[in-house]
Amino acid sequence: MASSIRVRATSNGDITEVQTLIQHPMDTGLVKDAKGELIPAHYIQELKFACNGKDVFVANWGTAISKDPYVKFSFKSAKKGDDLKISWTDNKGGSDETTAKIA
Amino acid sequence: MTTHTGPHPTRRLILQGAASVALIGLGNLPFAPARAAANDKYPEEAFKLKNEADAIKALYGKTAEPSDKIKLDAPEIAENGGVVPISVTTTLDKVTSISFFVAENPNALAASYKIPDGTIPAVANRLKMAKTSSVTAIVEADGKLYSATKEVKVTVGGCGG
Repeated sequence: MASSIRVRATSNGDITEVQTLIQHPMDTGLVKDAKGELIPAHYIQELKFACNGKDVFVANWGTAISKDPYVKFSFKSAKKGDDLKISWTDNKGGSDETTAKIA
Repeated sequence: MTTHTGPHPTRRLILQGAASVALIGLGNLPFAPARAAANDKYPEEAFKLKNEADAIKALYGKTAEPSDKIKLDAPEIAENGGVVPISVTTTLDKVTSISFFVAENPNALAASYKIPDGTIPAVANRLKMAKTSSVTAIVEADGKLYSATKEVKVTVGGCGG
């Protein structure tokens, strides 16, 4: 299965900019489907970015994050070719992870 | 004699041990959400609260003061409340976390980001907004809380059917 995580990590010398798009429904548990039944909440709770064995960014998310979430941040002291490990877990116990090379 | 008293102290010790564990557990409860921001733990309780002030308190255990060193970037008018691009940058030092709150959403806390040492204190993300509301970014820097707020008008809500 293709990864749910799409990531672009680019280094311009000292600073690495990370842009991430994740495929996830991010259901709030408040919306009804066509039959009028509530769609149960299903959303990513934790998203972690680790580089060289250290967490560089940790997101705790609620249901107010848009469907197919996007997040952008930057961090220091990584170089081109380093591995960036991205992992998420959702409220139903689902998870995914991927590793991206910093370009 | 020894056969009678022998088992008792051990049982008493075990019971005492269990009781103190229970007490420690109870004693920690009120502080658990406040520590959650500093820990890796997911702040479940803070995400359930409806009111913005309550959620800030549950997440950080203190109140924030407005700061002009935080730049909150959000649209004046969002045509689609389901996807509202919001970003924040700050010139504050020693930032440890950044959180986003949407006052009028069913649950005010939208996202909380941990900023470890070496990570730039700036985040861009996309939030859902049920209706026109103020959006608040809270920045935790050097143990203190700072905030910036902006009003975003929503023409089509993103949290209802």
